[in-house]
Parts: sequence; C-alpha cells; structure tokens
Amino acid sequence: MSATAARFPATDVRLSVEQVSYAYAANPSQAPLFTLEATSFQARPGEIVAILGPNASGKSTLLKLISGALAPLSGRVLLNGFPTHSLDPRARARRIAVVQQESRLLFPARVWEFVLQRRHPYSRGLAFESEEDVLIAKNALAQVGAVALNDRWLDQISGGEKQRVILARALAQQPLLLLLDEPTLHLDIGAQVDLLEALQRLARQNRYTVVVVTHELNLAGGYSDQVVLLHRGKSLRVGPPASVYQRELLEQVFQTALTVEMGGSGRPRVSILSDS
Amino acid sequence: MQPLTLGRLFARCAVLGVVLLLVTLVALKLGAVPVSLYGLGRDLIRVAMGKSSELASEYRLIVFDIRLPRILLGIFVGASLSVAGASFQALLRNPLADPYVLGVSSGAALGAIFALIAAPHLGVAPAVAALFTPLGAFLGAATTIAAVYFLGRRQGAIDSGTLLLAGIISASFLSALIMLLMTTLPSSNVRGMAFWLMGDLSTPPPRSLQWFLGVVFFVAAGAIYTTAADLNLLLAGEQEAIHLGVDLGRVRLVVYIAASVLTGLAVSVSGAIGYVGLLVPHAIRLLFGGDYRVLLPTTALGGAIAVVIADTLARTVVAPTELSVGAVTAMAGAPFFIYLLRRRLT
Repeated sequence: MSATAARFPATDVRLSVEQVSYAYAANPSQAPLFTLEATSFQARPGEIVAILGPNASGKSTLLKLISGALAPLSGRVLLNGFPTHSLDPRARARRIAVVQQESRLLFPARVWEFVLQRRHPYSRGLAFESEEDVLIAKNALAQVGAVALNDRWLDQISGGEKQRVILARALAQQPLLLLLDEPTLHLDIGAQVDLLEALQRLARQNRYTVVVVTHELNLAGGYSDQVVLLHRGKSLRVGPPASVYQRELLEQVFQTALTVEMGGSGRPRVSILSDS
Repeated sequence: MQPLTLGRLFARCAVLGVVLLLVTLVALKLGAVPVSLYGLGRDLIRVAMGKSSELASEYRLIVFDIRLPRILLGIFVGASLSVAGASFQALLRNPLADPYVLGVSSGAALGAIFALIAAPHLGVAPAVAALFTPLGAFLGAATTIAAVYFLGRRQGAIDSGTLLLAGIISASFLSALIMLLMTTLPSSNVRGMAFWLMGDLSTPPPRSLQWFLGVVFFVAAGAIYTTAADLNLLLAGEQEAIHLGVDLGRVRLVVYIAASVLTGLAVSVSGAIGYVGLLVPHAIRLLFGGDYRVLLPTTALGGAIAVVIADTLARTVVAPTELSVGAVTAMAGAPFFIYLLRRRLT
C-alpha cells in the first residue's frame, strides 16, 4: 500500500489507483518501453483529480488504465472496490464515462440525438430509447446549461457549446467516474473557464469523481482537488495543487522558467517567464 | 426533439413503401408495349386472386413474365447495394464508401465469372452449379473488401484518401483480370457478359434462385440491423464506441460478412451497378437523419425505388434498344460523388 492509501477511510474512496504501471513493447523480443511507472492516488466522490504533465509523459496511458481500456502490467485500478479492467464492457460503460479529445463526426447529427446515443450501455436488445432515457438526456443538457441547443445541428454550434454538449453526452451515461482527455484543447480562454466551472459544479452536486488530463497548469491548479504530476512516465508528486506546484519541480518538468504565486484561496497561479 | 419510436420508424418506411409501389406500377406500365394504368390495376387484382388464366397471353407474358420479374430483381438489387453501401460507410468510417467505388463490385464480378467458367468442369447438378455464381461473387466481394481495408490503412488507422485510392486501383486491377478471363469464353458469350458487367437486369435468375436471394437478403440485412445502434456509435469514433461497451470485433465481423454477402448476391444477378450504395444512403440521411436504425430499412426501400426508376429509364429512353442500368446510375452517381468529395475537401 502506498503512502496515500491511508488518506481517507476506505468506505469514502471511490477511485483507487494502486501502484499501477504499464509497459509497451513494439515486439515481444525487444526490451519493453516503459510508458508508466508505478502510480498511486485515490479520489472520493465529488473530487476532481488533474493529471498534469508535458506531452508524452504518460497522461493518456494513465487515463486508459483508469478507464479499464488497458490492462495494467502491475497494480490495479479499483472503482468502488472492483477492478475497472475486469468489468464487463457494458457494465463498465454504465459506471465510467470517457470524453475523448475531439472526435470528428462523419455525418451531421442533432444535439439531442448525439446526447441520447450515450444511453447505449443501458439499452436492451433492439429496443429504442425509452421516455426515461429521453428525460435523462434532457436533464444532462440542462445540467450543462445547453437546453437551448437541443434541436441544433452539432456542426453549427461554437466550440465552447460543443464541448458542453460533449460533457452532457457523458452525463447521460449517469457515471460514477468521469474521465476527460484534454477537454479544453480547442477552446478559447473564456470557454475553458466555463467548462471547468461547470465540471466543478457538477462534481460537487452529483458526486461524480472526475479525472481530467491536461497540460494547462493554471486550470489544473485552479479547479482540481488533487494533482498527479507526471514526467516521462513517472508520477513525481501527488497531492493538492498547493503542495505540488513548486517552482523548481514545475520548471524541471515543463522545461521553462516560471513563477508560482499563492492566491488568497490557496490556489497556486503559474506565470511563464517569457525571455529566459 | 423527436426521439425514435417504432411508430416513427414505420411511418417513414410506409412513406417509402407507398412510393415504391407507385414506382413499380409506373414501371409495369411503361415500355415498348403500352398498358393502361386502369387495366394494369384490374389485372394485378386478377393475378392476386389467382385468376391469371383470364389474361390475354401475350399481354400476360410482357407485363407479368418479363417486366414484373425484372422489377422485382431491381428491388432486390437496389435494396442490397444500398444497405451494403450504408454498411461500408460505417464500417470504414468513410462517407464516400460504396461497393462499386471500393472495387468490391469488381471483386464480386470476378468471383462470379470465375465460378461461371469453373462450374461446368466440376460435374455437379445444374441446381447446385447455379449457386456457385453467387458464392463466387460473395468470396470475390469479401476478399476485395479485406484487401482494400488493409491497403487503405496507414500507421494503423484507416486513411480516407488512401482507402478510396486503394479501392479504385483494385477495381481497375480486377477489371483487367475479368478481361483476361473473358478471352477464354466463346465470343457469343462475351457480348452478354460485357453488358452484364456494366449492370443489367434484363435476365432475372430462375425462380428457385429468386427465393434464395430474397431469404438471404433478409438474413443479411437483419444481421446488419442488429448492429445498427453500434454503428451509430462507431461513426462518432472507434474509441468512443469501445468506451460505450460496443464489441467492435463482433460488429465489424457481422457487418463485413453480411455486406459482402449482399454485394456478392446483387452483383451475381445484375453485374456491377455503381453508385447506388453511395447516392441512396446520402439522400435518405438528408430526408430522415443519420440514425442507422432508421437509415438501414429506409435506405433499402430507397435503393429499391432508385434502381427500379433507373432501370425503367434504361429500357425506355432509347427504346427500342436498351441502355445498361449501370450507365444510368453512373450518370447520376458520378457527379454526386465528385460533389461529396469536393465538400469534404473544403
């Protein structure tokens, strides 16, 4: 058991990542290429965990391990005590909602149609969506403040609106655990803040456990309860933003000169020093 | 917000069903021998009541023994090619996919011709030998789509442009092989074969085979329909679908085999009729949206309508000679393909 394992009473823990590692080898005879060394953290309902790190630090691999899409080489990921990888795929989809980096739709679809699609893990045989499914989809749109977009075409709304709809789509799964891979990637700064505020509010209200992969230092610092700092496949530090955001550490990881100030609310703020 | 219900699905199918019925009536009426709509309706009722002996024999021959089987074949071929096209579009995640454009029809044609040439040498009963052509076409279709799929991959993912190029190159290679095989045939067969290759509905298969085709169509299209909701998710992204619990391997296998069967059967009885699988699903998407649970049945009806219209044009516009139905669909489909391609590139 890692040092962080004792942070909460066991009943309170929803997501428990225990000494999880993953290795990838191009072919079995070669030495494995480590993509993630043993990583541990735990999260309670309502908590937001940010997985932070530069490109190729293992962020997405960790997210895939948490989602159960990849089997860990060692260690385990428990969701309410069950290993996520060994859950039946449909059962897993009723508990874990994954929001990928932007995926391109091949054919235009209406917003409501797109959200309703994610009721699929609850479908029975060839039956169409029930009135309950429709209600849940509507409610999901309401939760992100996107009811007005209901009948719009997905390719005719703004990037920020689309990201809200994608979030609503994930909520339609009624998950325990919400995993997001770089959700703010193509958003302007206003839409980024909107999205994270929505995420924070939803996590608190609906008791979702949220794990967000990002390389946006200030968004992670401003909205998460815990940060997992990854660098070249190693988790360097796990903890609340204030304890992880230390100048030397961040400078080493992100290879750039920066300053860290503590805000009044205990939230660190990072500024990049441009000419150094 | 109009969520899909059984009632809405039936309403949409019913609209197209009525259109198909009207188109069928008009197609029965039109042709070298004029027939009045009133007389046609009266006679259809007579036939339905089992009193076909009351019809004038020459008239009965033309309308019920020549035109009707040809229309029924058109319905089967149109439905098969459209469902196959819509399926390939989802399977390959490519809106430009179509059995003809991807070379699958050429592969099926090669398989069919190979079976035609080989069958007499195998010494089996003619009834069994008749099944060799569709079987050969299916194998040809399945092999081609597998080849195009693997040739169209770059760095592990399907690349849309590479896939289309692979399909077009495969089609031209397979056509060359078909030409080679045709040189081994007696010259009297070659003209008919060349006409068939362009798409031809004028020689419906024997009645026993018609039943077989109908049953296999419903089995294959039904199998694809069981994956309809999964295909919707697949279109939103492969990873998305996996995260939502879709068994991608099973869905791919079912759709791959069933769509190859549909293409193979259609080609074995009608040659390579192009662009139906491209044009029809796109038109239906504009009318009824992209949900595959609606798209698959309505695209089958739409494909039937399109091919019956195209074939009626093929046999009437240059009467008393005939155009190949494939020429008619290509005249409509090729410009549409260019339009889709341009729209995607900009």
